[in-house]
Amino acid sequence: MTDHAIRVSSHRGDSKVSPIYDPRVRSIFFQILTAVIVVLAVWSISNNVATNLARANIASGYGFLSGRSGFDIGFAMISYSSDSTYGRAILVGLLNTLLIAVTGIITATIIGFIIGIGRLSKNWLIAKLCTVYVEVFRNIPPLLVIFFWYSGVLSSLPQVRDSLELPLGMFLNNRGLAFPKPVWGETAWVIPIALLIGIVASVVVASWAKRRQMRTGEQFHTIWVSIGLIVGIPVLAFLAAGAPLTFDFPVAGRFNLSGGSVIAPEFVALYLALSFYTASFIAEIIRAGIRGVAKGQSEAAFALGLQPSTTTRLVVVPQAMRIIIPPLTSQYLNLTKNSSLGVAIGFPELVSTGGTTMNQTGQAVEIISIWLIVYLTISIATSLFMNWFNARMALVER
Amino acid sequence: MKKTLLSTAIGAAVFGIASAASAGTLEDVKAKGFIQCGVNTGLAGFAQPDASGNWKGFDVDYCRAVAAAVFGDPDKVKYTPTTAQSRFTALQSGEVDLLARNTTWSIGRDTALGFNFRYVNYYDGQGFMVPKSLNVKSALELSGAAVCVQSGTTTELNLADYFRANNLEYKPVVFEKLEEVNAAYQAGRCDVYTTDQSGLYSIRLAVSNPDDHVVLPEIISKEPLAPAVRQGDDKWFDIVTWTGYALVQAEEMGITQANVDEIKGSSTNPDVRRFLGVEQDTKVGTDLGLTNDWAYNIIKGVGNYGEVFERNIGADTPLKIQRGLNALWTKGGLQYAPPIR
Repeated sequence: MTDHAIRVSSHRGDSKVSPIYDPRVRSIFFQILTAVIVVLAVWSISNNVATNLARANIASGYGFLSGRSGFDIGFAMISYSSDSTYGRAILVGLLNTLLIAVTGIITATIIGFIIGIGRLSKNWLIAKLCTVYVEVFRNIPPLLVIFFWYSGVLSSLPQVRDSLELPLGMFLNNRGLAFPKPVWGETAWVIPIALLIGIVASVVVASWAKRRQMRTGEQFHTIWVSIGLIVGIPVLAFLAAGAPLTFDFPVAGRFNLSGGSVIAPEFVALYLALSFYTASFIAEIIRAGIRGVAKGQSEAAFALGLQPSTTTRLVVVPQAMRIIIPPLTSQYLNLTKNSSLGVAIGFPELVSTGGTTMNQTGQAVEIISIWLIVYLTISIATSLFMNWFNARMALVER
Repeated sequence: MKKTLLSTAIGAAVFGIASAASAGTLEDVKAKGFIQCGVNTGLAGFAQPDASGNWKGFDVDYCRAVAAAVFGDPDKVKYTPTTAQSRFTALQSGEVDLLARNTTWSIGRDTALGFNFRYVNYYDGQGFMVPKSLNVKSALELSGAAVCVQSGTTTELNLADYFRANNLEYKPVVFEKLEEVNAAYQAGRCDVYTTDQSGLYSIRLAVSNPDDHVVLPEIISKEPLAPAVRQGDDKWFDIVTWTGYALVQAEEMGITQANVDEIKGSSTNPDVRRFLGVEQDTKVGTDLGLTNDWAYNIIKGVGNYGEVFERNIGADTPLKIQRGLNALWTKGGLQYAPPIR
């Protein structure tokens, strides 16, 4: 054994290859070199930052987060005032970013599916319209799409004193959509519990129906029963609790509408812009996914006597999903990151509230590190979830 | 051998970043031959490029005055437009040598942010502007209004404090860039525009019908606008500060851009002769690190404080701002220069 090894290495020595041309030596050398450069760069940057901060007499650290912020934020999902801390201001921004990300992802996916399938339509007009949509939105920078929607909203909607009165006590003007705010009574806690019971019951029914179909082949109207359970039980609970709901209607004040809830135009503009923009990419991914399923698959399904709708649902879509999900993940991440463009139209998301904090406290390095960590965390969490989903959808080989 | 060279080069590049610490700002400025001055992105009368792209304004003239003091030539300035948010990072990082951007001097900025302020070139206070059609007479009537404000300013903080102290409600509408705030106010996204009063006069010119808007009488804060430099460079700080005092001193002595040459040749007043650097053995300029005719260069380059004021924002300009607090101390204002001797 040892003899053999020695012979091999001596054989190499015989051919007089210098260590410079030895791939193993080379790769080790370059790996060490890279590691050294990375370590030196990190060390040098942090050292430089520390020296510069000390020279400029700037206090460092994250203690400033518990200081009183002193500024107000126009759109907050948790209670916030100028007496709250800087940390809470950043949290308000983070929640607004997440709100945009979640609502945007859902809407973009729905629009994307419709447009993507529309491009495959046999109807010439629908297919061309969808193509135009994709080409327009895919080729415009997202910031311009945001400005388009924002100035569209601001300039086309009426001034606040000429608000458009909509049914159900709603008002529409260039400061947003004001609608009656539901005020729940004391006994309202039974409703979410009833909703939970409805969901659990429909899950039980669905799994029972599936088992029965596996055993006997008989189908069951699971969807209708589930809707009945999920909607019906909370409605019954609501009535049983004595309808504990009143509304706070918006009324015209001297300057603004007071009372009610308002969806701000900044939110609407950012939400619509990111949804429409990202949907154009998602549409192409959907189209590619469906096209990627071999034609023989649906032909085989037809040969077995499956209906076209059943073929799509049970044969084409599950296989298309395997192609669709990985690129879809990137689009979800893009949408989340693009939400930072909201700063341009004054939507108080993470970059906006963080930027204000940075300017009031001067803690640039700390704030930027918070931004980086937060976006990294959101993106990695999204990726992990989509990877898990992808693994579930992947081809199970037996 | 090649590899050693490569690693040395990379190592040097990496360490090069670390050792790029600067000498004094004055030496750096002299070496590169111009002053990098941080100004507003566009505030009529204070800092705005004109039709041919030359920066003009009250703050711009301050940059020019410092350049005249250092180089004897007011044109040796390059301008960096900064937003309310980017201005401090630009100064901290050394991107600009001097920040002359209607920036309020406050203790927080003087200490925690690592800046130095001393000479106040404009005494201002925060005010409110509303459309006339709203029929508002006082800021105390503004409860429930939507207020447009630029983010990251002392204005934003004063606004929150004022409405809270007076138990008024409001909806902040916040943008980073001045142009965006202007556009939102004009589109009717908010009822009220708040910033420094001088800024309101300037912005009123930018909206489509200036006469339809009125600036309310209340001033809710003290906003001493002062040029800022980085802490830890006293020599540069002295030059920037005394440039301002020289402008004020010149007005007090009645020296203008037009008559400075004549006075320099003929004056027998020792104060004036020392100021203009013609007194025998004077060391005022060289002690500053400049030449003795530094003050002459400033006045020759941009004029005195009163001239700079009247040219950019005074009664004959569209802004029509009265001197008010910014009159000389001898005329009941706050502009006062310590003795130059």
